[in-house]
Amino acid sequence: MSISKLKFGVVVFPGSNCDHDAYHATKHVLHQDAEFLWHKDTDLKDSDVIILPGGFSYGDYLRTGAIARFSPIMNEVIQFANNGGVVIGICNGFQVLCESGLLPGVLMRNASLLFACKHLSIRVEHNDSRYTSKIKAGDVLNIPIAHGDGNYFAEHDIIKSLEDQQQILFRYCDTEGKISSESNPNGSVNNIAGIMNGNGNVMGMMPHPERACESELGSSDGKKIFESIINSFILQTV
Amino acid sequence: MYLSTITISLRPSILDVQGKAVELGIHTLGLSAVSNVRIGKSIHMNVEASSEEEAKRITEEACKKLLANTVMEDFSFTVKKI
Repeated sequence: MSISKLKFGVVVFPGSNCDHDAYHATKHVLHQDAEFLWHKDTDLKDSDVIILPGGFSYGDYLRTGAIARFSPIMNEVIQFANNGGVVIGICNGFQVLCESGLLPGVLMRNASLLFACKHLSIRVEHNDSRYTSKIKAGDVLNIPIAHGDGNYFAEHDIIKSLEDQQQILFRYCDTEGKISSESNPNGSVNNIAGIMNGNGNVMGMMPHPERACESELGSSDGKKIFESIINSFILQTV
Repeated sequence: MYLSTITISLRPSILDVQGKAVELGIHTLGLSAVSNVRIGKSIHMNVEASSEEEAKRITEEACKKLLANTVMEDFSFTVKKI
């Protein structure tokens, strides 16, 4: 059976700068509906999926994502997520999700202290998630990163739980899929590049799939993540 | 009115990469006696409160809910009547 298009709601914080990339990828490349949601709004406008985009919300003041977490729309986003709504955070959006408590852990300053801006490889750890269902476990994606604070950290017991519950979706790797400290761009624990919550409806990742949806941009691997999300709604409907 | 003076620092178990880089700079100055450089934040704010206890309670709530992320940071503060 066919379903109508998904609606992606892209939150715009002051300082977001990947909001248009996310809008373009979902609306023009994946041919879904998309709408911007201003951070002062309190209406998610019937979005099926909320995207917290990359950027430097509130100038990264105090800590990355710390102040954005208190934007009026975040009350709605948190409620939406707690009711099972799908929320994804990319880069700064991942930082906001951690600050808001929707995902565990924190993104600290890159171990190198350098802002890392480049294409790199991430390995898909498994495809038993709505973000990776259209990808094979172990596949290597070419996706860009652009961050100064992407060093994922959580207490040992939380990391163990993420590992045990298969909540780690993506790890930094080399082009062959090998995980090593050389392939870790920021010092993240266990090369973690992206995780989901226990219920699987909230996902955060530092790499930018929305910037890798067209081969003209150097890679279209990011599209597979959005296609997985879209597919998960189709499966739900069938 | 009270003045709250808050110090936020990375928890001791967390490698402070900024501190390490600054330590290297200090050693380059020839000050080899310096070690264990840790970088944090100092936040000063006025708090309207009827007692020192209330000022402390408000300051602690601000620290826990926003000013510090206790996953990676510790905080301490003093309050002084002004």
